Amino acid sequence: MNILYDERVDGVLPDVDKNALLQALQTQLPDLEILHQREALKPYECDGLSAYRTTPMLVVLPRHIEEVQGVLRLCHERQVPVVARGAGTGLSGGALPLEKGVLLVMARFNNILHIDPAARTARVQPGVRNLAISQAAAPFGLYYAPDPSSQIACSIGGNVAENAGGVHCLKYGLTVHNLLKVDILTVDGEHLTLGSQALDSPGFDLLALFTGSEGMLGVITEVTVKLLPKPQTAKVLLAAFDSVEKAGRAVGDIIAAGIIPGGLEMMDNLAIRAAEDFIHAGYPVDAEAILLCELDGVEADVHDDCDRVRQVLQQAGAIDVRQACDEAERVRFWAGRKNAFPAVGRLSPDYYCMDGTIPRRELPGVLQAIAALSAEYGLRVPNVFHAGDGNMHPLILFDANQPGELDRAEALGGKILELCVEVGGSITGEHGVGREKINQMCAQFNSDELTVFHAVKAAFDPSGLLNPGKNIPTLHRCAEFGAMHVHMGQLPFPELERF
Amino acid sequence: MGGEHDFDDSAALLEQVSQALGNATPLRIQGSNSKAFLGRSVAGEILDTRSHRGIVSYDPTELVITARGGTPLAELFEVLDAAQQMLPCEPPAFGENATVGGMIACGLSGPRRPWSGSVRDFILGTRVITGQGKHLRFGGEVMKNVAGYDLSRLMAGSYGSLGVVTEVSLKVLPKPRQTLSISLQMDAQRALQRLAEWGQQPLPITAACHDGQRLNLRLEGGEGSVAAARDRLGGERLDASYWQDLNEHRLSFFDEDRPLWRLSLPPNTPRLPLPGVQLIDWGGAQRWLKSDAEATFIRSIVEQVGGHVTGYTPGLTDSPFQPLPDALMRYHRNLKQQLDPRGLFNPGRLYAEL
Repeated sequence: MNILYDERVDGVLPDVDKNALLQALQTQLPDLEILHQREALKPYECDGLSAYRTTPMLVVLPRHIEEVQGVLRLCHERQVPVVARGAGTGLSGGALPLEKGVLLVMARFNNILHIDPAARTARVQPGVRNLAISQAAAPFGLYYAPDPSSQIACSIGGNVAENAGGVHCLKYGLTVHNLLKVDILTVDGEHLTLGSQALDSPGFDLLALFTGSEGMLGVITEVTVKLLPKPQTAKVLLAAFDSVEKAGRAVGDIIAAGIIPGGLEMMDNLAIRAAEDFIHAGYPVDAEAILLCELDGVEADVHDDCDRVRQVLQQAGAIDVRQACDEAERVRFWAGRKNAFPAVGRLSPDYYCMDGTIPRRELPGVLQAIAALSAEYGLRVPNVFHAGDGNMHPLILFDANQPGELDRAEALGGKILELCVEVGGSITGEHGVGREKINQMCAQFNSDELTVFHAVKAAFDPSGLLNPGKNIPTLHRCAEFGAMHVHMGQLPFPELERF
Repeated sequence: MGGEHDFDDSAALLEQVSQALGNATPLRIQGSNSKAFLGRSVAGEILDTRSHRGIVSYDPTELVITARGGTPLAELFEVLDAAQQMLPCEPPAFGENATVGGMIACGLSGPRRPWSGSVRDFILGTRVITGQGKHLRFGGEVMKNVAGYDLSRLMAGSYGSLGVVTEVSLKVLPKPRQTLSISLQMDAQRALQRLAEWGQQPLPITAACHDGQRLNLRLEGGEGSVAAARDRLGGERLDASYWQDLNEHRLSFFDEDRPLWRLSLPPNTPRLPLPGVQLIDWGGAQRWLKSDAEATFIRSIVEQVGGHVTGYTPGLTDSPFQPLPDALMRYHRNLKQQLDPRGLFNPGRLYAEL
């Protein structure tokens, strides 16, 4: 079932006279940069999920918040859908444009407004890159903890919209745990401040609600994040295992020993080989699985914890445990993991990255099931896994030039996500639903739950103009999707008419 | 799991909500009523959550515990304690029989909050009876989950006005290996300065309270980091029970007759010139004020520095929670209207308009 916007199941979008809109924007906002010619629009037709492309009707690139407000007011008056976009690195198609919509690019808002070392906060514009915050905070010995792998390019506005994660979430939390305040403009251009400089605010926790809302409830215009003191030291251990089950159990054993590593990552054999081939990190290519365990904090504690973890790993049956002997080796160990995606990319013309989460104890069974699905669909699937927090990234290898392979990859991906839901997990840990997982939302939530999500949307955007079609599927889409995926002999949403 | 009082009474709770929907009777959701002194009073039929109780699942190596709303908080703590784990945000109970549901609804956190995060930060998923009379599940039992809107965390601090939380899954953590509390003689101004400096350094501070004369600190971590911080900071030993007494308002500061106000502030705000006595908690971000001053006066001072004020003594003001700006209140009303269209759940508890 195609994931591009389909008015038949995703809802009819208002017809807009492009030239009239362009003229109105040019008249009312004379300084606003607008792209409207086909060649100029082309670079904006997709985000990081580049298999899916739609050319937007118009692209606007405001430089002033007043212009954003002007665009929103005008689009609201004329009932024009608006899709907000930051750096466009998202992997779920959350910023996929609409043919009948305006793409609102916030990337030019790239100023760091204020770093307050005493309060440990940074106030930044939404287009500031994730890594740029830590770089600006570094002279004060501070940093911004969430570090999605796209951190050199992704912008903080997008991080908030997606509730971005990274490899340090178990200890340091997701984006939602590292925010103090977000300023937004509503669909009709009204300014709201959510959260505050204090640790809490009166009323409902709208800051939590907006974090990860994928541009459906408002447009982010400013973000205040918490900064943390940089850990004094970080050490990394690399353990090799002859089975993924043992590696999985070792993760539980580390936590049972009362240790929360800064990072805890697992890779399977296919991923190890790909990474080693690409980066020469020194990974044991014969191992069925490796664990990378990073311990950070105060020197004395880290030293003790390294000893404890080494013991735990050995008792859990590791065939080899190595500690990076110096900073260069530590960086090399991580480079293999951080480049796992491009490394895997060298194995195959295309790959499709999944993002399900599972309770960690389910890992061996889920990996077995993925291996079986991989054989069934005839596509290889290396696995990298944020083992500490249960977030899996199976990478489905395929060749888009082979007829039918993309469809098979998509179908296999869908099966993996449904498997995650079955074992009590989620279809997305950090990449977001966007358009990519819109159908799998129907597997994770029932029609009553989806109805509540639509009610939340209606509280902020009753006309449905902000990022239509993303994040929450319509019940009609789920009815059609359900018709194709009869689950345990039961048709989901039996109460709905089929179209 | 399985305590002797464990019981899944969700069907009865759902039935009561359905009846209330039918008769258009507002409901006053309560557990042990330990936090009834907070917020506005609610007129409605009582919906007692305490029959729906018990730990549903707990696997210490997954760092997740799931409990029914009516479970006593004390039971939750006991189960975690037995596995050497904890709910790091240290929610205060304010009563022996406080429940898990009340903890979520009020969203109050204890001394570790600035370093660990708040109650909402530890919520992974909830089951909720909605204003449409449905029993639904949001979020889950995994650390990372960005599918759909985050309705689970929205429940924290909503004072039951968006639905009945019947079950919650919480992230928990191992207890620190070492804990040590110390007390240093210094005035409030100096304490705030030192806290701002120390905050930029990797020190294992997990609680910081200035009582007017002394700065009390809790150090937690491995043996090495705690010993090193102790050597560096000096001071006298302080009994760890201090933090529990602070959290539950059992310190003599709270015995004073004047009304109690909670000030939530940017942490490095200088000491505020308000009539009455103050106690600084959360490293400066939460301050308790005993004062006869008018709510509007206190609020005007606190608003100027970017904070807000909650009245903790009932009957002082018609709006114990800081009034919201008009635009924000409009969206609060929209949300309440969408999620609880009949106005069933705790009407007026948070604000008269909700």
